[in-house]
This record gives sequence, C-alpha cells and structure tokens, in this order.
Amino acid sequence: MLVCQGPGIGSVTHKSTWALGARTKKWLLADVISTVEFSHSGDLLATGDKGGRVVIFQREQENKSRPHSRGEYNVYSTFQSHEPEFDYLKSLEIEEKINKIRWLPQQGAARFLLSTNDKTIKLWKISERDKRAEGYNLKDEDGRLRDPLRITALRVPILKPMDLMVEASPRRIFANAHTYHINSISVNSDHETYLSADDLRINLWHLEITDRSFNIVDIKPANMEELTEVITAAEFHPHQCNVLVYSSSKGTIRLCDMRSSALCDRHSKFFEEPEDPSSRSFFSEIISSVSDVKFSHSGRYMMTRDYLSVKVWDLNMESRPVETHQVHEYLRSKLCSLYENDCIFDKFECCWNGSDSAIMTGSYNNFFRMFDRTTWRDVTLEASRENSKPRASLKPRRVCAGGKRKKDEVSVDSLDFSKKILHTAWHPVENIIAVAATNNLYIFQDKAN
Amino acid sequence: MSQKQEEENPAEETGEEKQDTQEKEGMLPERAEEAKLKAKYPSLGQKPGGSDFLMKRLQKGQKYFDSGDYNMAKAKMKNKQLPSAGPDKNLVTGDHIPTPQDLPQRKSSLVTSKLAGGQVE
Repeated sequence: MLVCQGPGIGSVTHKSTWALGARTKKWLLADVISTVEFSHSGDLLATGDKGGRVVIFQREQENKSRPHSRGEYNVYSTFQSHEPEFDYLKSLEIEEKINKIRWLPQQGAARFLLSTNDKTIKLWKISERDKRAEGYNLKDEDGRLRDPLRITALRVPILKPMDLMVEASPRRIFANAHTYHINSISVNSDHETYLSADDLRINLWHLEITDRSFNIVDIKPANMEELTEVITAAEFHPHQCNVLVYSSSKGTIRLCDMRSSALCDRHSKFFEEPEDPSSRSFFSEIISSVSDVKFSHSGRYMMTRDYLSVKVWDLNMESRPVETHQVHEYLRSKLCSLYENDCIFDKFECCWNGSDSAIMTGSYNNFFRMFDRTTWRDVTLEASRENSKPRASLKPRRVCAGGKRKKDEVSVDSLDFSKKILHTAWHPVENIIAVAATNNLYIFQDKAN
Repeated sequence: MSQKQEEENPAEETGEEKQDTQEKEGMLPERAEEAKLKAKYPSLGQKPGGSDFLMKRLQKGQKYFDSGDYNMAKAKMKNKQLPSAGPDKNLVTGDHIPTPQDLPQRKSSLVTSKLAGGQVE
C-alpha cells in the first residue's frame, strides 16, 4: 500500500497525528531533537536530543476496548545518555548532543541500542521488569535486615507481579577513538561489529570490546593544509557484512570492501555525478556535499541527500545516479542569503520506506517531502500543530517560486528557515513515519482501508 | 520534479538539449547569487570548499583560555576594558583574549525531556 495514492497527490491520507512535545512556544535548546530511529520491528521508536537525552516510544498493542489507541506510540523509557564534557588537554568542549541512535536487532527480551555524541559511543540495554521477589529470609518486606538469631524457619521467596518498570543501563562505553566529530554509526549485518565515522576516519568496533577498535578508513592528509574533503556519512551494507559506503563533502560516495584489504583507503567503487563545468559557481561544492547516505532495504540501491536534491544510485553503476528528485529547487535563487545565515550547511537526512518504493526527506518551514518511486509522484507536507488536526488528513503544500502566488501557496520569501526538518524516519514495514520538527515529534500513519 | 536518467539513450540528443536549457536557466539564479555574495564580501577566497572552511568545521568546539595571557592582558590594560567577544563567542579574533565570561557555563543538572512528559495530542 503506497502512501501517495489516489488521483493526484492531493489525497495523501493520514489517519492519526500525534504531536509530542512542549505545548508552549518556550522551549530549551536542549529539547531540540537531533536523531530519530525506529527499531528493526518498528515497535519501538527512539529519539535523541541536544541535551543528551534519549526518549523511547513504544507502539501500543491493538486493544478492542480502546479502538482509537490502536497503534499509538507512547513513552516507554527515557534516560540521560550523554553529558556535556570538557577535554582539558585539547581545550575542547564536547557537546552532549546525540548525533545518532542505531538499534541492534533484537535477540532476547531486552532491547539494545547504540547512541553517540561527538566523541563517545554507548551501548544501552533497555529491559523490562514486571516481577518482584517477595519473602526473603534475611530481610523484611521494607528492606530492613532481620535479626539472624530470630530466623527460625526458611522460606522460598516467590515472584509476584509488579507494575512494569523499564530500565536503561549502559553496558558498553566506546571512548577515545575519535579525534574528530563522530557523524555516523552503523551496525553490521553480522550483528557483532559496527562502524563509527568522524570527519576524517572510520573505525570498526566489536560490540563486546571497548578498549580497541580498528581504523579502516583514514583520509587525513599528511599536511592539513592540503585538506580538501571530509567524511560526511557512512553506513554498512544491509546484507553484505564486508561492504560499507561513505560520502564526502565533495559530493562523492566511496564503496569499500573489507575483504580486499585491511585498510580501506582505496575504494572498490567511486560514485560521482559528472558536473557541467560551465554551471560551476561558488556554491557548487557546498551544495553538492552529501549530508546523508542510506542503503535501500534490498541492498541494491543507495540514496544520497545533498542540499537541494535526493539521488538514488544503483550500486552497479558508478557514473551517475539512476534517479534525482528535487527537494526545494526554488532555494537556488536564495543561496546568497542561505550562505550568510549558515543554512546552506544544514544537514538533512533521508529515508526509505520498508519496500523501497518511496523515499522521504525534510525541508524548511516544517515542510517535508515524499517521493513515490513507482508512480513518480511527490508531495510536500507540513508538520506543525497549527496546520494539522489530530486524526485529519494532511493537506499537501505548495511553494510558489516566483510570479503570482496562488491561494494556499506559500511564497519562498515567507518560508521560515529556522523551522527545519532534518530528521525523519520510516517504519520498517508499515506506512508510519516519524518527523522531528525542532523540539516536536510528529508521527503520521496511513489510513487503513 | 524528478528526473529519471536511465531511459535517455534513444532520445539522447533532444534530452541533452533540454537539459542544456534547463541548466542554463538554473545556472542564472546561482550565478546571480554568487555575484551578490562577492559584492558583499569581496575578500571571499577563490576556493570556497577549500581548507579554511573545512578547518573551521574540524575545529568546532575549540575554546582557549590561558590564565597567564588573561592576567597579563589585564595588567597591560590597567583600567581599560578588555575587548569583548562580541556576538559570536566562538571566534577569537584580534586582541581578544577569552575571558571566563566567554567560556560556556557548566550546564545545569538533568531535566527530563519534555517529550517524555507524555503530552500527546
């Protein structure tokens, strides 16, 4: 079932909208959501924020007595993952902002996720406790120690049900392996290793070992004056545990095979779209910088996000992408002011739906874009309280690039560039999406039938 | 608008022509924007994506405070004020020496995220 369906894009149907976040306009910088990620089954949704906190939502089971709550996401657990630090040796402030969260595939009752800030990756275990032992011999029910001389009989403690308690505990701390700022983490399909990437290096870790990591990519030049590009994102292939890709600030993507050599400085494949030299401008390189790279679920394609577009690449063709979708081409005539207010450096993410038939990415003014790869239709939607009532369908938006503005269109000059949607996530199976709009999280669901 | 590039082969010439005009039209706003930027900042370097920009990116978070420098400067200035940091506290320029006021305050202790407050609508 496609999200964009019906005659024209006008009838995108969304059943329920949940806006979670502060009611008042006043919010702290710490509340800004910095990452959103569904678990592999989609029953859990994790968010990280600038204040170093992680909030996990769980999808409610279907309940006949409360039909409206079917499939709602409610808070499951929250914890402080990272704290602000100061590296005195290097005079470096280390932000507690959570850059990325990645779930591990579920193996037992407990759930595991990796969360990272600029310097340190942590493995968190989230477990449920719904039973409590009662009837201890050496202590009372209220915890006081009993006088051993007065214990005349032995009893076996019994397990009694208790209110569900969800506990999060840090199981591993992977620190001191990155000189530069971590931008990506990616769990390998072997479920044993993962990679972490910073501006110049990519390291390979084993989930059980925290005091060592292997450096597999190093693009630091011998002379820093010769630095021309940095790593912007990296990801492991979803099925081939020896394959990874990383993108650069110059708009190129390199695919590496860990079987070919221990140090993957030399790529196996190099993806770059040829540029028309006559169209080159001061902004060309900056807007070509890839801010996110994501493999399709099938493992056959990958998607890259640069400032103005989303591109789909066939892994078998390095010469150019097979699809290019314009996100907000109307911004090309605003590049000067976007450079001045630094918006041109905003890092937008992108994501696939479960069947790889649709892709989604964010834009400004709390707009986000969805592209259907099979019907070749696209739609612009808005995540904001004022414009969407709960349980109502979302109305498509249109931006007027120039000339006469039609009714219901938004003109480019009235776009709010402080309202950026950088982080979005798509449920791995169903048509449920999570959109982070600054400090608010929106969850949209497709109408069933 | 989305472009599918793999089916270009049979109609390659007309496709290229179309792309040419599209690019020329697309090029004009970008070049106009570049001219605007150069007019505002004439000293903007030749290599925009080059070392300076990347070095600044790599050095994010760098804060320097040397108590020796600070006290020497204070002594030199005597009664005069030290030059202040200005709006962008991250940039240390000219005679400015980072003062204790410029350094970030230790953030306050843990406050639960408002997302966890359960305000769902």
